[in-house]
Amino acid sequence: MLSSLTRSTRQFFEDTGSAIFFFRSFSRNIFRSDFYWGEFIRQCYLAGVRSLSIVLLTGFVLGFVLTLQSLPTLKQFGAESFVPDMVAISVIREIGPVITSLICAGKIASGIGAELGSMKVTEQVAAMEVSGANPIQYLAVTRILACTFMVPLLVLFSDIMSFLGGFAGINVAGEMTAVMYFNKSFANLVFSDFVPAFIKTIAFGFSIGFIGCYKGFNASRGTESVGIAANSAVVAACVSIIIIDALAVQITSLFIYN
Amino acid sequence: MENVIEVRGLTKSFNGKEVLKGIDLSVKRGENVVVLGRSGEGKSVTIQCIAALLTPDSGTVKVLGQDIHSLGEEALKDLRKKMGFLFQQAALYDSMSVRENLSFPLKAVLKIKDPAEIKMRSEEVLEAVGLQDAIDKMPSELSGGQRKRMGLARTLVVNPEIILYDEPTTGLDTITSQEISHLIMDVQKRYKATAIIITHDMHCAKVTADRILIMNDGKYIAEDSYEALENSPDKLINSFFKF
Ligand SMILES: Nc1ncnc2c1ncn2[C@@H]1O[C@H](COP(=O)(O)OP(=O)(O)OP(=O)(O)O)[C@@H](O)[C@H]1O
Ligand SMILES: [Mg+2]
Repeated sequence: MLSSLTRSTRQFFEDTGSAIFFFRSFSRNIFRSDFYWGEFIRQCYLAGVRSLSIVLLTGFVLGFVLTLQSLPTLKQFGAESFVPDMVAISVIREIGPVITSLICAGKIASGIGAELGSMKVTEQVAAMEVSGANPIQYLAVTRILACTFMVPLLVLFSDIMSFLGGFAGINVAGEMTAVMYFNKSFANLVFSDFVPAFIKTIAFGFSIGFIGCYKGFNASRGTESVGIAANSAVVAACVSIIIIDALAVQITSLFIYN
Repeated sequence: MENVIEVRGLTKSFNGKEVLKGIDLSVKRGENVVVLGRSGEGKSVTIQCIAALLTPDSGTVKVLGQDIHSLGEEALKDLRKKMGFLFQQAALYDSMSVRENLSFPLKAVLKIKDPAEIKMRSEEVLEAVGLQDAIDKMPSELSGGQRKRMGLARTLVVNPEIILYDEPTTGLDTITSQEISHLIMDVQKRYKATAIIITHDMHCAKVTADRILIMNDGKYIAEDSYEALENSPDKLINSFFKF
């Protein structure tokens, strides 16, 4: 019992140490003149394509369900006209970024973990390294930056879909014109609803890419470690999203909402 | 003549099991050294230590006069540009086509921009390994032997001064093996390349070796020419040559 506790504690510190080490070699390789633009764009495209359809669908359902669920309750207080407003605020501030990023963690982080893990196991990473190319720069930097760039974009798409979903929900229950819905949704939205949410999604995107690459690069020998890399990438990315979100809420409420 | 590779007192253990128990090795410029040894002896581990893919527990490795394990990132990269490494399992980049596998080191490492030159060099090495028809295939579409030859093409496309071959002919038919052995000789003559060749293929050893080392129990136990070792009275050494 105690020995397993000390072992897992040691494991944790070892992991943290090597993650910091990985971060250092990542940050050393971002600002280089010979950035692989082609590979970066290809990774952006892949990250987008991998998750676009499911992100759009979830976004729509989110807005739809949230609207239908809150209508009856708010009706009791005669406040059903606040539904679009409430849905918009909760989607943009919190639910949109978090749910979309969790989905991206499942799709993108696992994809990167599996891909780089299998490259590691089949010595492709070593081949790249020994040829004098820089695998961190070519494989990791491009993917991490692609995620950092694409996840906020996907969140934006998802938010738009939630908005449409909410509109559909309202019209299933009763009737409201598009202009009216639009006006009501944006009535109480202010700039400070968007900015912290946007910054947060950048951090989510970065952590998805970083954890996927870190787990892939640290896959050990043998094919089963590819699965382990993919799996642990998803778990770690989800946990980090939740932790970052909790911190972000604390920070924004300190500075903005009071 | 100068020693291009100089290894002194190399040891390496994995999980408490000592694989290399003090390896000493010098390779002169333009020389082909063949390493023989039973499976699992640590032949691949040795050349991975020489290329700094693995860090040895003790001992030094000097390549072109530089201690490869104490070089900084940039210096190591520059040194590696002069080295080629053929992986035992080929290690082809499987998200890239054959053409891209060859153009990647040219573009990313040698910084060649001219597409005509990239095309010419890629086609030249592919022809040398007899794969010119496969240029637009993906690695997953190649057979085991084709992958091996493709790996060789990718190693040779940058014209390295020093080449570490990990079983260049394993898994190939006799005719192709002989062609590859002669290709290795060609590369040695044409580019004055220095090479360490790990092999179980005695024909390849006979054709390519200027000198043969035999590895047993984590050490080199014999070092001589093919003919001398073939007639060695030592039973263990002799057993490698009975086939
Ligand atoms: N990265 C590693 N981690 C742990 N053990 C390793 C590692 N690389 C090699 N080994 C172990 O070292 C020993 C030597 O392996 P190596 O691959 O050098 O053998 P080899 O002489 O090349 O054999 P073969 O002719 O079959 O290729 C083996 O027992 C192997 O299990
Ligand atoms: Mg081997």
